[in-house]
Amino acid sequence: MKSIAFGQYYPADSPVHKIDPRAKVILTILYIVCTFLCKNVLAFAALLLSAILLTSLSKIPLRMILRSLRPLIVILTFTSLINVFMTKGEHLLTPNWQIPFWGGHVWHIKIYEEGLWNALFMILRIVVLLIGTSVLLSYTTTPIALTDALERLMKPLKLIRVPVHDIAMMTTIALRFIPTLMEETQRIMNAQKARGADFTSGGLIRRAKSLLPVLIPLLVSAFNRAYELAAAMECRCYHGGKEKTKMKILHLRFGDVLAVLLIVAFGVGIVFLNRFGFYYTMK
Amino acid sequence: MDKIVLDHVSFVYNPGTPFEKKALDDVSLSIEANCITGVIGHTGSGKSTMMMLLNGLSAPSSGKVFLDGYDINSSFKDVFPEWLKKPEYATMRKSAAKKAIKAEVAKRKKTLCFRVGLVMQYPEYQLFEETVYKDIAYGPKNMGLSEEEIKERVYEAIRFSGLDESILQKSPFDLSGGQKRRVAIAGVIAMRPEVLVLDEPAAGLDPRGREQIFREICRYQKATSSTVIMVSHSMEDMAEYCQNMIVLAHSRLIAQGSCNEVFSNVSLLEGTGLDIPQITQLTRLLKQSGLELPEDVYTVDRAVELLKDLYQSKKGTV
Repeated sequence: MKSIAFGQYYPADSPVHKIDPRAKVILTILYIVCTFLCKNVLAFAALLLSAILLTSLSKIPLRMILRSLRPLIVILTFTSLINVFMTKGEHLLTPNWQIPFWGGHVWHIKIYEEGLWNALFMILRIVVLLIGTSVLLSYTTTPIALTDALERLMKPLKLIRVPVHDIAMMTTIALRFIPTLMEETQRIMNAQKARGADFTSGGLIRRAKSLLPVLIPLLVSAFNRAYELAAAMECRCYHGGKEKTKMKILHLRFGDVLAVLLIVAFGVGIVFLNRFGFYYTMK
Repeated sequence: MDKIVLDHVSFVYNPGTPFEKKALDDVSLSIEANCITGVIGHTGSGKSTMMMLLNGLSAPSSGKVFLDGYDINSSFKDVFPEWLKKPEYATMRKSAAKKAIKAEVAKRKKTLCFRVGLVMQYPEYQLFEETVYKDIAYGPKNMGLSEEEIKERVYEAIRFSGLDESILQKSPFDLSGGQKRRVAIAGVIAMRPEVLVLDEPAAGLDPRGREQIFREICRYQKATSSTVIMVSHSMEDMAEYCQNMIVLAHSRLIAQGSCNEVFSNVSLLEGTGLDIPQITQLTRLLKQSGLELPEDVYTVDRAVELLKDLYQSKKGTV
């Protein structure tokens, strides 16, 4: 349960933490675009370098980032295997690899150089994607600042009557209560363990059943919490976004604009690097 | 006799992260059997953490927890060479002894939570069954007892909790806060633990509810002569209901001993945010101004009695 990266704000004093959250959302989107622009070795090298630079700038320990990559191992192996075996190209690396079957059938294993490159690029792309988004957003931005930024960025949607404020408020509350509910779950689990509950042994059905004594009290308390929160908000005269002012008003600074400009320049640079036919270029 | 012994126990939350927090720092203490021991400390002093160590819900970061002289967190490897010398295993072949010891260690680990019954803070939030009966029966059921045995224990537990038996068929969610609390405590008592640990059993109850809960705990302790450990931050309650006391502050042990021993050393409590009971302070002040009162007055009832006697005797002399 502790490996969930969502809402894992890591407090530190770094330039990445200081970027305006709105700028960070835009930066993240642009960075994702950059990862998909990369097509050859030079571009991917630049991308990897940028991810390393970003991480070191953010002062987040490498250990934490590696831990957030761990759940990806399965997906990475799977996609790279598919890439290795399914890509067809010109340079066959395994001309004589054959597996004989009964009845004289023979299965040719064909691995092309292009497949290996594709697999490598795919792994790099996914890893950098995750590092970029987690460093730029989840590790360095508090959930509250993030939803605040989203509300600001989605403001134009108000013209077509999208309830932007309500969506932002709901997201804030949901994010705010993830750690609380996790704590509550742990507490109830401990309480039931103290009465001899066993959550780890037995088959799937038995294990699912053994979770009932945790889920029922959790649901009950979640509903109670929701009622209490609603009452508390009403007591403070909350009635939606109308005429609501903000305590923390976001100010866009020169550094934020510079960061966005830098990443645009980085994207242009990657497009430029893609033109060099170095080793292999992805299609 | 000491039922539970903590030997240089420390506990750290989230080690190696920026959220690292030391909750217990080198705590060594012993808890006497067959009496009520109060654990007192301010918020964040490590009381609740300590309670979770007693029944093995969490293991200490360093140090040992002994129950009846057995380190509750010991693994097979820790005890194997030692136990091999025991008479019951010495006669066996080594492979058979290994198997038997492994089974015994696993059994002890599994039955630990039944031997040390823990009632957590605000236990009413753990109720989940359709009826009160089923909820109290949850613990005994996990112990693998027979239906009749479970029934007997549920009725016994509900009697100890001071609730009417008619409540057993109701839904626990329809009860009042105080009733829910008692049902939750009954759910632990039904396991007939040798040690009953209660974390803030009276938190959030009105004065009458508090008194009732504490009275019932005392009654339960006397009737079963089990070991009871209670956590509280109220000196008044602890002085009234506990025989022994443990004082924690800032994750460290400040004092342990009988109520007299702890309260006679007021200087120890300074800086912990705790204080001796108000009634004790009052009688000590009265004594300083010339009244003949003892130092060890911890309950209002006793103070009233003493002052009445004093008044009567003074009246006689004048």
